[in-house]
Amino acid sequence: MATTLSDKPGRTVIRPSGRRRRRTRPRETKNWIGGTISWLWLAIVIIPIYWVVITSFKAQSDYYLSNPMAPPTAPTLDNYQLVIESDFPLYFLNSLIVAVGSVVPAVLFSFMAAYAIVRASTNRFLKSVNWLFLMGLAIPLQATIIPIYLIIIRLHLYDSLLALILPSIAFAIPLSVLVLANFIRDVPKELFESMRLDGASEQTTLWRLAFPLTRPAVVTVSIYNALQIWNGFLLPVILTQSPDKRTLPLALWSFQGEYSVNVPAVLASVVLTTLPILILYVVGRRQLLSGLTAGFGK
Amino acid sequence: MSTIVTVPPRGRPPAATRVRGSGSLVWLAVPALLVFLAFGVIPLLGVLALSFTTWDGLSQDISFSGLASWSAVLSDPGLPHALWVTFLIMALSWLVQTPASILIGVFLAGHQRYRTLIAVLYFIPLLLSSAAIAITYKALLDPNFGLGAGLGLDFLAQDWLGEGPLAVGVVIFVVSWQFIPFHSLLYQGGVRQIPRSMYEAAELDGAGRVRKFFSITLPQLKYTIITSSTLMVVGSLTLFDLIFVLTAGGPGDATRVLALDMYKRGYQANLMGPASAIAVILVLVGLALALVLRRLGGRDASASQLEGA
Repeated sequence: MATTLSDKPGRTVIRPSGRRRRRTRPRETKNWIGGTISWLWLAIVIIPIYWVVITSFKAQSDYYLSNPMAPPTAPTLDNYQLVIESDFPLYFLNSLIVAVGSVVPAVLFSFMAAYAIVRASTNRFLKSVNWLFLMGLAIPLQATIIPIYLIIIRLHLYDSLLALILPSIAFAIPLSVLVLANFIRDVPKELFESMRLDGASEQTTLWRLAFPLTRPAVVTVSIYNALQIWNGFLLPVILTQSPDKRTLPLALWSFQGEYSVNVPAVLASVVLTTLPILILYVVGRRQLLSGLTAGFGK
Repeated sequence: MSTIVTVPPRGRPPAATRVRGSGSLVWLAVPALLVFLAFGVIPLLGVLALSFTTWDGLSQDISFSGLASWSAVLSDPGLPHALWVTFLIMALSWLVQTPASILIGVFLAGHQRYRTLIAVLYFIPLLLSSAAIAITYKALLDPNFGLGAGLGLDFLAQDWLGEGPLAVGVVIFVVSWQFIPFHSLLYQGGVRQIPRSMYEAAELDGAGRVRKFFSITLPQLKYTIITSSTLMVVGSLTLFDLIFVLTAGGPGDATRVLALDMYKRGYQANLMGPASAIAVILVLVGLALALVLRRLGGRDASASQLEGA
């Protein structure tokens, strides 16, 4: 990626006063303010999560009587059973279909477009396409939802998973093209040149050279988009209607409306819908975090 | 892995790499372009067109009605109220999030013990859907069965979502809970790019930690602050999921922000014309704010924002 500007961080500064030399930082006083705020905010982040997890294992009767911060005396899986029996496996499948069905084409199309934009950077048509995608970053999904709704109705796609997939692809494209183009630009020109001299077509160069060399960026962009789409709420709430088309966030919302008195069950549904992402997070934390700031971190 | 290759200087590729048939390359951009035109650009133009029509969102007939929707929206006291609530939440959540994110980002960029542990736990809110977060806080803040009642703490057992000013405060807190980790991550990245030599020079001049923070860290983070602020401002302008589930705009209209106002006019009152007008206002306000923030940062800011990654 971008070249680093800093010189070697571990350099020791020799001081005339003859103070004890340290190996890493010359003088590292404790950052008390930053530290205090960080730990405090960590507590604020953790306490609700802890509360959600322990409460989801409490019996409904136990919930009203016990100390809310104490772990359950008699942990039960009844809440989870109730959630699973309320069609959550189906909603999970819907979310999965929408996420995979959107991310794969979105990243594929974005990669092809980014490749073309980088490789033919003097082409006027591709220049304006690039400009259009850059402008597209500024279009908020909310503001376009009414015409999207109209288009989906006219295409007779209302209340289908495809209705969620098509706008999701469109809104994933601008940022994906931007990030992928930045990475493709970093592939040494000599490699493209030698592929050309070997007589490889653009298609071959794209799949055999550019794609493998930028695979980490492709993974990062895919994860970022998948998370956005997995957690999306606006498109499902506007573009679907029947219960069997619900995705997880929408299912959570209606489950909460239905079982509002059964707080432990509602919280069990929160845990269950978050679990897949948490597992992904534990497996690929670095990829995920760099994915979250993709395109913004600089 | 194979990615560790020497990085060539950025910029335009030399003329030698111009490809023979750039026609075949043009075709590669067509799928992305078509999908984006159909579900991004056309809807954006469409919302402007729909704001001059009358449509109930259910029937087939959409009829041209000139400026009727616009005059209805602009004369409705609901619009200034929604704008006010939107700006209030935007400004206050910026004010809470920015200093905290900078301080946490600086801390996380250092070399403390437990840093990995903090980082692992810290970013969990980023993974949760707004719906899940809103549902959690709704249960947590319940005056009768929530945390406050359970712990017997009266100040925590208020009717948080039942009183206007409190509900606005809750929205700001929950937004911060959800997004401070993200912005801290941005600032952490920004701090790590500050050349070490600048600090060493300042140390030789006898600068303390506070002095270094204000004289080096903060000025060097200028572009990160602009990027992060732009994301916060535009993000709170389009805050929908969280408020929809948490308060549904209530109590009364206390948290009825612009995006929610649009939804309610369109999908609850079945007035798609006025709702489209609100959507146009949403786009215009967003663009204006983004431009102002970009102007604040000078020309370079746009480059640094867009280069990214």
